[in-house]
Amino acid sequence: MSPPTRVVGRPYEKVDAAAKVTGQTRFADDLVLPRMLHCKLLRSRRTHAILRRVDVSRAAALPGVLAIATGRDLPIPFGILPVSQDEHALCLDRVRFVGDPISAVAALDEETANEALALIEVDYEDLPTIASIEQAVETPFPRIHDYGDRDNFHKLVSMEFGDVEEGFARAEKIYDDLFFYEGNTHLPLEQHAALADLGPDGKLTLWSSTQTPHYVHRALAKVLEMPAARIRVIATPNGGGFGGKSDPFNHEIVVAHLSRVTGRPVKICLTREEVFYCHRGRHPILMRARTGVRRDGSITAMHFQTVLDGGAYGSYGVASTYYSGALQTVTYPVPVYRFDGARVFTNKPPCGPKRGHGTPQPRFALEAQLDKIAVDLGFDPAAMRLSHLQPPSSITANFLRIGSMGLGACIEKVVAASGWKERRGRLPRGRGLGIACSSYICGAGLPIYWNAMPQSGVQLKLDRSGGVTVFCGSTDIGQGSDSVLAYVVAEVLGIDPFDIRVVTADTDLTPVDLGSYSSRVTLMTGNAALQAAERAREMLVAAAGEKLEIPGSRVALAEGRVFDVEDPDKGLSFVDAVIAAESKFGTIGTVGSYTPPPSAGRYRGAGVGPSPAYSYSAAVVEVDVDPATGIYTVPKIWIAHDVGKCINPVLVIGQVEGSVYMGLGEAMMEEMAYRDDVNGNVMHKAPSMLEYKSPTTLEMPEVVTLLVEDPDPNGPFGAKEVGQGPLLPIPPAVANAVFDAVGVRIDEIPVTPEKIARALKARAAGQPARVGPASFPTIPYPDAVRIPTPAEGGDGRARDLAATGAGGVRKADR
Amino acid sequence: MLRLPRFRYFVPRTISEATAMKADSGSGSVFVAGGTDLYPNMKRRQQTPAAVISIGGLPELRAVDFSGDGVAIGAGAILSDLENDSRIREAYPGLAHAIAEISTPLLRNMGTIGGNLLLDTRCNYYDQNFEWRQAIDFCMKKDGQICWVAPGSPRCLAVQSADSVPVLIALKARVLLVSAADRREIPLEDLYRNDGIDYATRKPEELLTAVWIPRPDGWRAAYRKLRRRGSFDFPVLSVGAAVRREGPRVEEARIVLGGVASAPLRLTDAEERLKGRPLDEDSIRDAADAAARPSRPMDNTDFSFLWRKEMTKKYVASALRALTGAEGGRG
Repeated sequence: MSPPTRVVGRPYEKVDAAAKVTGQTRFADDLVLPRMLHCKLLRSRRTHAILRRVDVSRAAALPGVLAIATGRDLPIPFGILPVSQDEHALCLDRVRFVGDPISAVAALDEETANEALALIEVDYEDLPTIASIEQAVETPFPRIHDYGDRDNFHKLVSMEFGDVEEGFARAEKIYDDLFFYEGNTHLPLEQHAALADLGPDGKLTLWSSTQTPHYVHRALAKVLEMPAARIRVIATPNGGGFGGKSDPFNHEIVVAHLSRVTGRPVKICLTREEVFYCHRGRHPILMRARTGVRRDGSITAMHFQTVLDGGAYGSYGVASTYYSGALQTVTYPVPVYRFDGARVFTNKPPCGPKRGHGTPQPRFALEAQLDKIAVDLGFDPAAMRLSHLQPPSSITANFLRIGSMGLGACIEKVVAASGWKERRGRLPRGRGLGIACSSYICGAGLPIYWNAMPQSGVQLKLDRSGGVTVFCGSTDIGQGSDSVLAYVVAEVLGIDPFDIRVVTADTDLTPVDLGSYSSRVTLMTGNAALQAAERAREMLVAAAGEKLEIPGSRVALAEGRVFDVEDPDKGLSFVDAVIAAESKFGTIGTVGSYTPPPSAGRYRGAGVGPSPAYSYSAAVVEVDVDPATGIYTVPKIWIAHDVGKCINPVLVIGQVEGSVYMGLGEAMMEEMAYRDDVNGNVMHKAPSMLEYKSPTTLEMPEVVTLLVEDPDPNGPFGAKEVGQGPLLPIPPAVANAVFDAVGVRIDEIPVTPEKIARALKARAAGQPARVGPASFPTIPYPDAVRIPTPAEGGDGRARDLAATGAGGVRKADR
Repeated sequence: MLRLPRFRYFVPRTISEATAMKADSGSGSVFVAGGTDLYPNMKRRQQTPAAVISIGGLPELRAVDFSGDGVAIGAGAILSDLENDSRIREAYPGLAHAIAEISTPLLRNMGTIGGNLLLDTRCNYYDQNFEWRQAIDFCMKKDGQICWVAPGSPRCLAVQSADSVPVLIALKARVLLVSAADRREIPLEDLYRNDGIDYATRKPEELLTAVWIPRPDGWRAAYRKLRRRGSFDFPVLSVGAAVRREGPRVEEARIVLGGVASAPLRLTDAEERLKGRPLDEDSIRDAADAAARPSRPMDNTDFSFLWRKEMTKKYVASALRALTGAEGGRG
């Protein structure tokens, strides 16, 4: 048993709550500097074209215009992944989607900048366009990029863990299903904004609403050819990120460049339409799941195939591709497993990481298929899952190391709370219950670019005032990471978290943290903060022990005091303890850092999937379907989440509810929909907040959140992630509930009323009661890399390692 | 951020000043009241008037007058005021319901009934930023030549999308149009034309000052609206239905579709099927069947047009069913 905590586990306010609720948080667009210029981007009006000519002379002559940039000014490519450096700050000689930026204007005001854009002349030479997965597969030429595995395939992977053929041979039934998950976007309320300022000292500062200031820092240094030491990136509080602000973006580099050219601060705030063009949202994925099971519902083998519609650039796409096959194994035992993944380029805004990155789509397929299997084999879908759980402290066929595993408890809780056993099958016509489960990583085991340094660092400063300041590169995107730092340090030092100052997300002032993505922050910065705080605590204990003339082992820190546990009246105030420590040791500063444990897999592609810990979720969704129209509502959702340990239960519940909300939007209505031949263009159908349909708070059903605390040895105080995992079970649970309600399978997200109506009609006509993909294209997946499973005695390497030289971890593949 | 273009802004103090300003400023000027339709359109450069005449503050346009043979509602009456007006809720619950379905509470606090009646027609090739429309080389409704919804179409197919209109037509509402030189009163039905560009018969110099609804006298109306989200969204199919019964039999019925054409669509066939019959499942089914054929939505709103067409029957039936109860349902 760990000792009771005084801050951790308590529902403290967020440290930034007052600023948020009183409207005083300074978002990037709130920043105004003297002599500031305004930047606007001219974006491509053609889908796929060679840029024959970009003439800015008329625009440059417009009074009030101070600088104009085109691709030639910034010719060095960049991109979030080292293997996909395929973006330019402004397109060089080719545009790849409607919205690709071509030129940028800095002017005295936004109106003038807009006027100038209209004066820029662009000659396009159209190229054939690719609007879909099918078209990309069928169109080897022209290639959207001249790199990638072949044709318009950005990435093709195949790996086989264990003898899959033998696994299927042991199956008593094999299920083979196709699924599709439409793309959708993050829809943060805050549009991306950035402000750059080249100071008189020649140093550049960029404020930006980014989740990853460290990667922006690297991209700026690269493209601007400036020493990173002279660039400072400050991430402003994000008004919603969800993965949509985790790439370095064109506009960030452009304003930095324009500030360098003009010597004045330059700011940009994107329009909502431009945010849709930045995208990096959920990949549309076509999936084929082939699963062998025994009559008891246990899985003997799985062969999972995916094709991701990547859009026009790489972004995180290689990682997304691997993620679409990585986490199938961590919930229920899959003894042998084959994964084939592909990502194609299309002429649409680039897809990337959205909450759940690459895993909600396969999770939908897997959980929908399990529902079919349960129904077919005559099992209660909840009971079937419960009897086949991946054990804790185990290792999966693809070498993912599971620590704590609270999925069983999650299932039991949602089953009990929802009245699953009593109500399922006994609801009135049109009403139904569906269940689904999921798991998510708590931070990627490997960094995006190969290095041996920590993924997260914290510095702590204590001084004679009693003041404690935490410095950390992490970025609060609303999830509460600043607060978590304060809680962890307050817990260790026995002080009030509101007495702590938190300084984050500033590459000049704070040690590197890789960013707010992959649900890594609480676990990684939490551990780094814990280490820094424990080191500070040791100094306080030593100094206070000396002063109190007691051994250090008797010194306790709590409630702003440092005292003798055996005689609590004997002690020092926290301030006096810091003074004692500063007198004894000199200036007090400690550091902490966190590097995830090495992953067990050592095959090519093993970089995606390993994590210090895995969170688990289970959800029951109730639906009410009108069989006459297909229109349905979701009256209630029960969700249980294994968070390891709540650092703050209110923030945990907030993240669960937010995830449920986002997952429900994806499940019911959200779509990045395109029209593929309007004036020869592939057009986003509705790049607006009104017409991109996303639920509002009024559509949000009652959500019952049940927390499971199964502490993980790798988490700070046992904590695991909660920011993304709880999204995952919602889409499949909705589809499964619709089946329970009206008996039709919608093997496609979103589950819209139109699709339900179509499936009901099909059934009435004696056809299969299903809407979903009918075929899977022929994909030139490579020969599978074969990796023997741990059960087969595998050591994490590919079998033919010695012969081919393949199979080691290729860092660049992350 | 999208910025408004530059324009001249006039604030008349009376209706006659307003119409005089309109006559003086010519075709490049428009009236604005709540601005919830016009200003976003101007930011997207869908509408680019040189001058805007603000009538939102004119007290004479705000009156709701029950003293006559019905109710005269000033065109400048605020939607949320009407929605919460107990007299309107009492006499015309179907209308109160339809108004409550317009947009969001915040926009209803700004928007006016006149503005809703003259709401610009909508189309998802048209309701886009300037840059988006530039990429498709525009459409005939603004700056372009072609209708992208149906490239062979000689006319614009943008959709009539005002929630209050179907019920008001069903209730035989009339509108008053005033210009510097003239005033005329026409049935609301006649205010519309099935052309997405030239969708209103109002002359450019006319100001819509009031809508008049006859006393209920046995009429009851109901409204049904198809949209993605219950919280807000324009209708992509809507039904305003009203019946007058004597005893159990329907004496007169008026059924109007919104959201499927550039003008509201009277379903005269469906109306005929109800006449002289009790309003029951049989007659409702007949009427709903007759409603399907004339409903020809196009692929220019949310949801697929095929499903919207299919839903016509269900929504007409649902609206009529709301009128079957002794109380006539909330309608």
